[in-house]
Amino acid sequence: MYAQMVKSTGQGVKPREDMSPEERHFQDRVDANEKIEPKDWMPDGYRKTLIRQIAQHAHSEVVGQLPEGNWITRAPTLERKAILLAKVQDEAGHGLYLYCAAETLGISRDELTEKLLDGSMKYSSIFNYPTLTWADIGAVGWLVDGAAIMNQVPLQRTSYGPYSRAMIRICKEESFHQRQGFDIMMKMAQGTEAQRRMAQDALNRFWYPSLMMFGPSDKDSVHSAQSMAWKIKINTNDELRQKFVDQTVPQAHYLGLTVPDDDLRFNDETGHWDFSEPDWSEFYEVLKGNGPCNEERMAARRKAWDDGAWVREGLMAHAGKRSHRTAAE
Amino acid sequence: MSKEWPLWEIFIRGQHGMSHRHVGSLHAPDAEMAIRNARDVYTRRNEGVSIWVVKAADIAASSPSDKGPLYEPSESKVYRHPTFFDIPDDVGAM
Ligand SMILES: [Fe+2]
Ligand SMILES: [Fe+2]
Repeated sequence: MYAQMVKSTGQGVKPREDMSPEERHFQDRVDANEKIEPKDWMPDGYRKTLIRQIAQHAHSEVVGQLPEGNWITRAPTLERKAILLAKVQDEAGHGLYLYCAAETLGISRDELTEKLLDGSMKYSSIFNYPTLTWADIGAVGWLVDGAAIMNQVPLQRTSYGPYSRAMIRICKEESFHQRQGFDIMMKMAQGTEAQRRMAQDALNRFWYPSLMMFGPSDKDSVHSAQSMAWKIKINTNDELRQKFVDQTVPQAHYLGLTVPDDDLRFNDETGHWDFSEPDWSEFYEVLKGNGPCNEERMAARRKAWDDGAWVREGLMAHAGKRSHRTAAE
Repeated sequence: MSKEWPLWEIFIRGQHGMSHRHVGSLHAPDAEMAIRNARDVYTRRNEGVSIWVVKAADIAASSPSDKGPLYEPSESKVYRHPTFFDIPDDVGAM
């Protein structure tokens, strides 16, 4: 997902007998669906795991602007340009909501940025793939935002108050993102033969990377078990992936496009679509930094941070001078 | 190393006649920029008619461990609620 393979304490869920009175009280509150707020007592592992998870989500929103921003100047009409600009601006907003939520846990914004730039914090693997044609912008909205929605909707109920409130805001804005993407796909799929081929090619390239967004199967992962007990993860990766496939395959059929999976078939017994797993070795390579665009993305973020330094410092100096002047008056 | 922009808490009046409500926070060098940024971050879809920004460091908050002592005194004063008093139906609306 936008947060993939977030490691928690490294141990399984702590049995109740081994918990301290504070931990027990905390777990009871989580079990009763009470929201945990910034100043409340929380286990160290909960705080650390949440920082990693929320930050990875925030970084993904921010880096995710790059593949789409790439097409703003080349959108085919003025209206499409305005729509894409609004969509990308929303993603910047999502990053900001989430950074603020992470900061309530006791990490600063600069630390978060530095951890992204030095590679010790990650962003979603999906944003390391290039957007080569205009149809890719359709595929990103339809598939990537679609997959993000699958994960974000249940997270609105997460136990951490600021994270839950950020998710609620984000979810309100996401369906515009997916619809504008699907709208592009409809136009392309119903267009000329060349446009239809572009739409198919975009689906071919984005299908498996989209399935990877949910992360490898975590049904046996101790990290996931702990995160689920803390309600900072609501569903398993496999559950969300299946839901995504079930929702998306009929939409591909509606477009008259072919999902690039020869083993895709509807299973009458389970009522779900059976599908092929993505190539997980590719996923691990992308996470390691060897995807098609990892270097480009990080270079763009580093450049933005370095080139913006004089603005950040200048505005601070200006604010300092001005408050001096008003104090003297 | 540059100094980080301070954190501002953002309060927005959603509609005329409503109170301002806390919606989130953001970083900005000063109050004027905080308001401009709040417009972009928190009111992209007509969510507000008025914005307040307050430096997060200037907010004093009750601590969660005070919950008991702080709010308990009101629990024993049930007579503060109108339903405490039985008024006969014959009296009419009151
Ligand atoms: Fe987003
Ligand atoms: Fe989005």
